[in-house]
Amino acid sequence: MSNTPDDRKYADSHEWALLEADGNIRVGITDYAQELLGDLVFVELPEVGQKLVQADECSVVESVKAASDIYSPVTGEIVAINNDLEDSPEAINDSPYEDGWIFIIKPEDVSELDNLLDAESYQNLTEDE
Amino acid sequence: MTNKTILNSAHRELGARMVDFGGWDMPVNYGSQIDEHHYVRQSVGMFDVSHMTVVDINGLEAKAYLQHLLANDVAKLTRQGKALYSCMLNEKAGIIDDLIVYFLDEQNYRLVVNASTRDKDIAWLEQQAEDFDVTINEKPTLAMIAVQGPKARQKVCPLLPERLGLAAAEIKPFSACWHGEWFVGRTGYTGEDGFEIILPEDKAEGFWKQLISVGVHPCGLGARDTLRLEAGMNLYGQDMDESKHPIESGLNWTVAWEPGVRNFVGKQALLSIKEQANSDKFVGLILEDKGVLRGHQTVVLDDGSRGEITSGGYSPTMERSIAFARVPANIGKTCKIDIRGKLKVARVVKPCFVRRGEVQI
Repeated sequence: MSNTPDDRKYADSHEWALLEADGNIRVGITDYAQELLGDLVFVELPEVGQKLVQADECSVVESVKAASDIYSPVTGEIVAINNDLEDSPEAINDSPYEDGWIFIIKPEDVSELDNLLDAESYQNLTEDE
Repeated sequence: MTNKTILNSAHRELGARMVDFGGWDMPVNYGSQIDEHHYVRQSVGMFDVSHMTVVDINGLEAKAYLQHLLANDVAKLTRQGKALYSCMLNEKAGIIDDLIVYFLDEQNYRLVVNASTRDKDIAWLEQQAEDFDVTINEKPTLAMIAVQGPKARQKVCPLLPERLGLAAAEIKPFSACWHGEWFVGRTGYTGEDGFEIILPEDKAEGFWKQLISVGVHPCGLGARDTLRLEAGMNLYGQDMDESKHPIESGLNWTVAWEPGVRNFVGKQALLSIKEQANSDKFVGLILEDKGVLRGHQTVVLDDGSRGEITSGGYSPTMERSIAFARVPANIGKTCKIDIRGKLKVARVVKPCFVRRGEVQI
């Protein structure tokens, strides 16, 4: 059974989005997604300053098995990336919701988060798959 | 309809992640694929390979039949139990399958062929047997477990039935011994020492659990793939198929050209391909930049000509990405790989990266 904390929202493409105190949104992939991918060996990070529209492809995570695109959960501009993942992509396996975050985006319209799933709906989605 | 090996429920009990592999429901890993890879390189791991097809060739003309059927020459097998790796070609020299043949005696041989090619292999074996006094006997009720790694032999021998354990401790690499329905080959698909054990299905689960109890780690097809890639071993369906011949698949070494009087299926076609001397080359690649090489990525040579990666992935032993590729023969010491539109630099090497725990490059 994978872990799905209820302090954040989820995209059906398996990203999580956590609204922080400063109004920015931290993004990573879910425990379910990392488990499905298996051991991660490479992360292609987005660039700071990159502007994205909701559901744009912006990063790639590669496991021993496959490459998987990461989509931005909201429209906005990348303000930080997790450079530690360059040398330790396995942080996503070990700690998908904390150390394994991928980027932080400054949203244009924070209400876009309402389009995403809450923890329970996401959990139901993964149980159906 | 999905096929299941006799160990299917044992895999599920262990919490394996199961995938469809050529119509078989098989474990891809039991947790971390990278850990499973390291168990095999550093100590010992085991794989359920019961999906593979065992076929016995029996009859007065078994030897002559196999000399006709296979690109390698079973006449090289003179010691009982000795094994040989070979391609089975069609008339155009396309590879129908790759296989291992074990020499039991002049009238009895055992083949182990791929699972995904089973039906066409059996049909081909039958068709080619028409003019020979042989019978083709598939053995669907046998299981097969590969125990691989530097500690494999010491773990396996004490668990084998009586005298077979003593015999197995003595056999040389690429040889086999047997007793009743138990058959032990010192062969594998990982680049490490170890055994492939063919045994009756009703003994398989007990033997699997005994192996676990002495510390042999179950490993999935995921680790099997990274191990064989590091070891420079081709995978049928990815690195070669019926549209490819052995010379452009890095398998020229498995073709027995001598003695010249021996005729085998595909020989004439292969000879004319050889004379034209314009075949692509099969090489190894090591990615110098960050990223992961994958099958079907395009290889770009310095002169702009192109090739293709056939198998690629992450090497847990080398902690970087490696691949096999089919490329124009004029490739230099480096080339570029198109990864999602970006050209990344790779070094061209012999396609054998790791053997017996040691990096070869």
